[in-house]
Amino acid sequence: MITSFISTSIPLGVPLLYGSVGEILTEKSGHLNLGIPGIMYVGAISGVIGAFLYENACGNDLARMNPWLTVLIPLLSCIVGSVLMGLVYSFLTVTLRANQNVTGLAITTFGIGLGNFFGGSLIKLVDSDMPSIILTKTSSLFRKSLPFADDLGWFGEIFLSHDFLTYLAIAIAVVASFVLTRTRVGLNLRAVGENPATADAAGINVTAYKYIATGIGSAVAGLGGLQYVMAYANGVWSNNAFGDRGWMAIALVIFALWKPNMALIGSFLFGALCNVNNYIQGLGTATQELFKMLPYVVTILVLVVISMRKKREHQPPAHLGLPYFREER
Amino acid sequence: MADMQKTRHREPLLHIAKRDDMAPWKAWLIRLTAILIAFLLIGLVSMALTGEGLGEIYSTMLRGVFGRLFQGKTSLLWTYLQRTAVLLCLGLAVTPAFKMKFWNCGAEGQALMGGLAAMMCMIHLGHLPYPLLLIVIVGASILVGAVWGIIPAIFKAYYNTNETLFTLMMNYIAIQIVSYYVYLVGQGSGVIQPVATGNLPTIGNSKQLLNILIVVALMIVMFIYLKYSKQGYEITVVGESQNTARYIGINVKKVILRTMLISGAVCGIAGMLLVSGIDHSVNADTIGGQGFTAIMVSWLGQFNPYIIAAMSALIVFLESGAGKVADTFFLNGSFAGVASGIVILFLVGCEFFIRYSVRIRRARKEETV
Repeated sequence: MITSFISTSIPLGVPLLYGSVGEILTEKSGHLNLGIPGIMYVGAISGVIGAFLYENACGNDLARMNPWLTVLIPLLSCIVGSVLMGLVYSFLTVTLRANQNVTGLAITTFGIGLGNFFGGSLIKLVDSDMPSIILTKTSSLFRKSLPFADDLGWFGEIFLSHDFLTYLAIAIAVVASFVLTRTRVGLNLRAVGENPATADAAGINVTAYKYIATGIGSAVAGLGGLQYVMAYANGVWSNNAFGDRGWMAIALVIFALWKPNMALIGSFLFGALCNVNNYIQGLGTATQELFKMLPYVVTILVLVVISMRKKREHQPPAHLGLPYFREER
Repeated sequence: MADMQKTRHREPLLHIAKRDDMAPWKAWLIRLTAILIAFLLIGLVSMALTGEGLGEIYSTMLRGVFGRLFQGKTSLLWTYLQRTAVLLCLGLAVTPAFKMKFWNCGAEGQALMGGLAAMMCMIHLGHLPYPLLLIVIVGASILVGAVWGIIPAIFKAYYNTNETLFTLMMNYIAIQIVSYYVYLVGQGSGVIQPVATGNLPTIGNSKQLLNILIVVALMIVMFIYLKYSKQGYEITVVGESQNTARYIGINVKKVILRTMLISGAVCGIAGMLLVSGIDHSVNADTIGGQGFTAIMVSWLGQFNPYIIAAMSALIVFLESGAGKVADTFFLNGSFAGVASGIVILFLVGCEFFIRYSVRIRRARKEETV
């Protein structure tokens, strides 16, 4: 039972891991992107549209679908969609210096609307009886796990039985952590988030760093949406199914203290917290609802504790949420 | 000489500088242009999606909001005004906090908790005499909303805890508490049937008029409070600079707590209106994301209650209108979200041209030599 608890908790954590690593990269440049929930919807629907078009072009016949293209087309369209949303956000907040909270919320409204709109339109297009689009063939390739995972007992089930996007998420978190703490680029990025004026004086191109960090962050977050649809939901898109995972990813950023490797631990812990209500015997539906608030309560506790302890390395980037305008110093 | 040539080439093409103050009519002209461009864009997108003409799209939008007004049917217009009132109420609620630069992203949760309190009174205290019950409902929802608002404020005031993230998390806790209660009372069905006790009274034969009047009164009170009261002045000073506020003897902690108490209380009223005045029931989706829309509306309205009212009317107009377009031409209902997203993004973007002046730099001749 513990094995199955752990192995079912991991997939719940993966979209959160993508979302929070993406948000951490963005926040390190000093931008609190509250548009992440919307961007994850857009990432998911872009991937779904790509996969849908490719499946139709091949006449819904798995034999005629090139396995590489089947995986690459949704992946690329997901990244393109999310980066476009990230660009809209950065154009408004970096170039036009708009308020980040308001812009982010508008991006979320717009993104969730866009996701559900295209999702709903595709559902109408295929004329299906159920309110969902089913991309089983694409999903079957996304869900391919290592062939020998089943032979290794509990070890295989916990560590090796997952889809490749899960391992990609872990790899991205590790690489992001390395880049942020061990490379010149990461140092510059953190400088931009802490004090853009100083970074600017040191010859760092503040605008470029902000744009690129937001763009990469959005792409990573968008992949979380794609992973949810293609791997966790077996290729079934239905409107609003992604729920508030985007907000939970933002919560996770605080929990992880703005460190991608902490997000790795945190996301799987959050996955477990979301899963725990399924594994406690004899819970009524009502009490299950109470259990679902656990991740948020834990986040608030972390937020309060870090603000009370005031340790410098645990604080958000100093310039988080503030616009930077060179002439205004 | 060669060095100078180099630096000259590096000069950016656009010269951006902060404006002192733009004449209000000019600023509004820019905003109006942004709204018109956004409407045109929405029209063109709908045209591409449906194959209908622009005129048909816009007239459908108008029909979605005003209905058959000219044939004497006013029901749709009343619904429109009531939806505007609810959004305005939430927008008014977050405004004092925003003016203080306290980013209260928790209107959704504060209103939901207020609505839950109203619902609990309606169900469990339904046996009280009607006037007393009404007082209890209003009192309870204001109190609970205020409590939900002041929790993040306490931590902000004493430990400088990030309020944006704290209030965001409080929303989801509120949502889970409400869905817990709904499952508990609805006996597992997950729905609470509309309750007949403790509904707000109706004026004449309009179910909506009282709700609208309450919000209009709130709007006027909020305007006076922010503009003419001492407390409103303190909010402005704290928002401009906490150090200045401390220097002139304002107790910053007290102002933060008091303002969030007000913000939460007004959210509680919005929840009470939705539950006791409109839905007569509650669920996790009662506020339906309007707490977030209210944040944008308040910001777009520049924290002025009257402009916030206009902005609420605009956003609700778009949502109802785009909803009708989607409905009539068989598009998905989420088209409304896309449409209001486009308008808000345009309005957010156009502020730049109000606050900054952009000039294209022409290549300078040899005058620097």
